[in-house]
Amino acid sequence: MKFVVKAWSNGGARAGILHLGTSTIDTPSLLLSTRKGLPHFISPDLLSCLPSPESRLLHIKPVEYMEMISSTRPELWATLADEVPAWVSDKRNKTSVDRTIKWLDECISISPASGAVFGAIVGGSSLEERRRCAQEVATRNVSGYWVGGLGLGESMDERPALLNAVIEALPEEKPRLICGLGLPEEILQGIAAGVDLFESTYVAQFTMYYHPTCLLTMLIAFTAIYRYIYHLTLGGFALTFPLDRTQINASNLVPSDVGSDPRKINLRATVFRKDTTPIVEGCTCYTCRNHTRAYINHLLNVHEMLAQILLEIHNTHHFLGFFRLIRDAINAGRFEEFRREFVQRWR
Amino acid sequence: MALRFEILGRFNRARAAQLTLPHFVCQTPLFMPVGTQGTIKGLTADQLEEIGCQIILGNTYHLALRPTSELIDELGGLHKFMNWPRALLTDSGGFQMVSLLHLADITEKGVTFQSPVDGKPMLLTPEESIQIQNKIGADIIMALDDVVKTTITGPRIEEAMHRTLRWIDRCIAAHKRPHDQNLFGIIQGGLDPVLRDICVRGLVDRNLPGYAIGGLAGGEDKDSFWRVVAQCTATLPEDKPRYVMGVGYPLDIVVCSALGADMYDCVYPTRTARFGTAVVPEGVLKLKHKAMAEDTRPIDPTCACMVCKNYTRAYIHSLVTKDAMGSQLLSFHNLYYMMQLSRNLHSSIVQGKFPEFVCNFLQKMFPKGDIPEWVCNAMEVAEIDISSCCAPFRYIQATKVQSNLNEDEIQAV
Repeated sequence: MKFVVKAWSNGGARAGILHLGTSTIDTPSLLLSTRKGLPHFISPDLLSCLPSPESRLLHIKPVEYMEMISSTRPELWATLADEVPAWVSDKRNKTSVDRTIKWLDECISISPASGAVFGAIVGGSSLEERRRCAQEVATRNVSGYWVGGLGLGESMDERPALLNAVIEALPEEKPRLICGLGLPEEILQGIAAGVDLFESTYVAQFTMYYHPTCLLTMLIAFTAIYRYIYHLTLGGFALTFPLDRTQINASNLVPSDVGSDPRKINLRATVFRKDTTPIVEGCTCYTCRNHTRAYINHLLNVHEMLAQILLEIHNTHHFLGFFRLIRDAINAGRFEEFRREFVQRWR
Repeated sequence: MALRFEILGRFNRARAAQLTLPHFVCQTPLFMPVGTQGTIKGLTADQLEEIGCQIILGNTYHLALRPTSELIDELGGLHKFMNWPRALLTDSGGFQMVSLLHLADITEKGVTFQSPVDGKPMLLTPEESIQIQNKIGADIIMALDDVVKTTITGPRIEEAMHRTLRWIDRCIAAHKRPHDQNLFGIIQGGLDPVLRDICVRGLVDRNLPGYAIGGLAGGEDKDSFWRVVAQCTATLPEDKPRYVMGVGYPLDIVVCSALGADMYDCVYPTRTARFGTAVVPEGVLKLKHKAMAEDTRPIDPTCACMVCKNYTRAYIHSLVTKDAMGSQLLSFHNLYYMMQLSRNLHSSIVQGKFPEFVCNFLQKMFPKGDIPEWVCNAMEVAEIDISSCCAPFRYIQATKVQSNLNEDEIQAV
């Protein structure tokens, strides 16, 4: 594995290149994690219609962890972490750090010959513990860092300090991967702090059965939903936040958009029954090039699987486009400006 | 008439043809997958084209409920709504109603039923069915027929056959788009050759663009099934397509093609995929079976589809019934298999190699030579020599012969 930082932009944000096996990944990047090696709905022949990444992470249960690592032979793996949510006791939090470091050492000692190892860093919502963990892991012989335990209950306001506490202790030349952040503004926050890779998790804890109204409530209540794309898709939502710089500046609230949320639309809404426009005008994804909002509305209403396939394609494509914009902004040295404009528009 | 049917090759009764429809030029024999609600479950239009689907079937009943034929019409027809560039066929809605709805009943006026939305009594007349299908805009539309199960006996069958003939005239009169939609008549008459004959003559008199053989694939024994098909194909005009409705098992398709049929439809390949079953040359493969957990072969080593080229049985086994992707991948393979079967039927007839194809097909499915008697009888009538694949004596063998798959995994359909 090789990681090179290519550009900086005001503060912590950096753009780089990660070489993993035969893949080259431009960072900051979104890594699509999978269930059993494939996305939830997009079959492999349709994946080629999406821009890269080609890399996929596998989610593995703690049991027999290292056995699985050596049999699956990933290009990149993270050491086993004891992630705890933000509301645990100080004692429990401290234990999670001690345990994670112990597991890190164990994993490294049994580690297979190939594959880059990322050291796991936890610490909940305690600045001290985060710093301690990061400092410890920084002394180990790893290729990069996997920051876990975020998006599990801490507020967005608390997060910058936590991220900084971690990143300050880490060497600049090694990549940092974070899991658990999904919302666009959270991603921007992470990048500003110096994170290079983001993982969007598809691991489904929830069953396939869902109600659009319940899902909506959940999205509002949890500010750090890290199963973002999956749940958007299941709920019938399509991402529509503007990716074009001119769109960000101009007002682009289309009358047919429901409510005042310019970020996404729920295609179940009856207002889309006869809407023959694509989800996002000008979007080059397979779904937007070939299908209309009306058709997807129909598919959702009759509970057809094709709805989720088409939505996952669009939402993934859209999100990857977002990352491309971010990298462009960093390379042009105007990341902070980009972030400010975007967050403003978002609100 | 909005189609052209040109026979390119024959073998005795079997024909390979080019069927030119408003939206697509098709090659027969062909299998039509069923896209009930304006989509084939889990597959995109791109994938369907890639697999080689030529015509897709839409269910009028379901589409009329949601999103309604008016909406489809307003948005430019079903082709545009689904963005399917090839051909479409819609059924009349009648069969669905009778099989899905409680208290559906057939009178001279039409099919009376209870609206599944609000329970109100409703009526689907031949005129209404055609009107709905005119709005949906498929290349081929089906007449509303009075369909009875073949397992029913008695005067009801005769009544249904005559009513079907009376209704075809009403359908023809109501059809507003004969220049770009082809109305096919449906032959009824149960298992009674006399009734079937009357129906065939009656429909042929109306000089329709194509004819369907209906009322089969509903539980009748195979021997009766093939005889009805054979009788109809013998008396239907040569120069028009023949569609056997509801036929989907590969073996049935091969037999019917040998007897002179051209088009088929069935939910079987996609439905069985959702239960974890793959269609293979040997019959079926149940991916849920624990023996699959460590089987590193592809579903079908002779299959060129994306699934067989990339995944093992073990991997699919880990997905089926737990992940949507499992049934998607299996649907993809199963439909690919059916399209490949269609292509093979067409090309083997054109190339004059049909009997070899049939023998090869039967040998793979019945490696011990225990071909069912009905198939042998049908092939005799079709004048296809399959003696090379039949076991010399048909008796139950005391010892089991080794084969690729275990007895409980294989099921010759």
